[in-house]
Amino acid sequence: MMALREALTAFRRAPLLTTLGVVTIAFSLFAFGLFGLVALNIRDALQKVEERVEIRAFVADGTPVEAASAAMGDIHAFPEVASVVYVSPEDALVQARKELGEFSDVFEPGVLPASIDIKLKPGHRDPATVEAVANRVRAYDFVDDVRYGEDWVAKLYRLRTIATLVGTGLGLAFAAVAVIIIGATIRIMVLARAREISIMRLVGATNGFIRMPFLLEGFLQGVLGGLCALGLTWATQEAISRNFLQTNFFDARLATLGVLSGAVIGLLGSAFAVGRHLRQL
Amino acid sequence: MSLVRFLNVAKEYPRGGVALSHVSFQLGRGEFAFLTGPSGSGKSTILKLIYMAEQPTAGDVWVNKLSIKEARPRDIAKLRRHLGIVFQDFRLLEDRTAEQNVAFALEVTGTPRDAIMPKVGRVLTQVGLAAKGTAYPRELSGGEQQRVAIARALVNDPFLLIADEPTGNLDERATRGIFQLLRDINASGTAVFMATHDLDLIRRTNHRTLELNHGRIVYDSSEPSMDERGAPQASSVGQPPASPLNAGGVA
Repeated sequence: MMALREALTAFRRAPLLTTLGVVTIAFSLFAFGLFGLVALNIRDALQKVEERVEIRAFVADGTPVEAASAAMGDIHAFPEVASVVYVSPEDALVQARKELGEFSDVFEPGVLPASIDIKLKPGHRDPATVEAVANRVRAYDFVDDVRYGEDWVAKLYRLRTIATLVGTGLGLAFAAVAVIIIGATIRIMVLARAREISIMRLVGATNGFIRMPFLLEGFLQGVLGGLCALGLTWATQEAISRNFLQTNFFDARLATLGVLSGAVIGLLGSAFAVGRHLRQL
Repeated sequence: MSLVRFLNVAKEYPRGGVALSHVSFQLGRGEFAFLTGPSGSGKSTILKLIYMAEQPTAGDVWVNKLSIKEARPRDIAKLRRHLGIVFQDFRLLEDRTAEQNVAFALEVTGTPRDAIMPKVGRVLTQVGLAAKGTAYPRELSGGEQQRVAIARALVNDPFLLIADEPTGNLDERATRGIFQLLRDINASGTAVFMATHDLDLIRRTNHRTLELNHGRIVYDSSEPSMDERGAPQASSVGQPPASPLNAGGVA
């Protein structure tokens, strides 16, 4: 209770320093949040493209519908497969005409073959898995040909790998910068109260007792900074969505995680700075 | 039964050389003693060893039966609740009133809230500052600030008050007032150990005096035979072995 009172008193006694701490945490997490927003939207965009990865097995003319249906049942049972759809020559024609728009009269009825369109589950859309499933489908006698856009699946996968690696690297760098800046700010705050800490020790306060208000203060600053950062990131995302490009925002789980990470950084930063200071005394 | 006991204590700092060597003495309960000697002679180191802010390089220090070698951080914190410590520079928190500065010593030791203000009022009255409880340190004179520091040191009813040059920053009149206050505190049963350069102050009283030079005790007024044993020590300080009351050469 005393620790909480002291933590709140510290907010009141040194409003400038406290505000500096909150603002530093807020802007550090805001920068991290903006990066997270970009990474999230790139991931979502790639996921949408990825969802279009499909294997199309062209069915030979005259194949009995029963044979195709039985094969579709088998294929659907593959662990990698999400859905299997039979596209008749008529459906293929309608779809092709729709996609080609003004050139829709290029295709004559009966030109396009029937096909079995296979979509894969997330996590199974890498080139090796796609090829393996395609080869298994190719083994059916009635399958004339199998297409799955080998080139662009490989390119897409490479792009995704690069995006993940760059994202993780940049994310870690941003997080490290945030932690360092926040840690330095908290250290300044601890040094500003060095006199108070030394007097606390002289009158017989235990290290745990001295540490507690600082930890609470760091935690509260972290939560406040995290909430400010969340607000700033949301406002930025709204502005971008309204004026330039429709983008997605973090879901509730990620937003909570962001605020919590502020609290944890504040708490750990304080624990580290006070611990170091107490060891030096 | 001694309250403080030093036995063959030595203290060396990694880059600061020898601060103390072969220091042995005892301080009794309720005693008033001066610690004097030139700057850098080791006075502050002895006081720091008493409140266990330093560890000796050799020897042992006992305070109220607690050995410095066996004391854990928690033991040291508990010990300090029974020691009052006063410094030349007062060490008050500038953003808190006199009352709040004194109350701080009780708050951080977990005193129940409703017991704090009566105790603060009592000690501020004792040091003659009952009317200035709401003043901030910058609004007080040097002597008054030192009285607040003494009130803070007293509020936990210490068995020993350690004062490191408490009058060093004060004028003659304020010095007399603070010194009288320390004697009153001693008269009520609290032992007082005061480091000072002020030989006039020492001469005016007949309290026990320990003199340090180059990290050694060269004079202890409670040991009359020390004058006779003092020949080698005399050469180390470059003056005849004598009490600082008549030595006159101590800076």
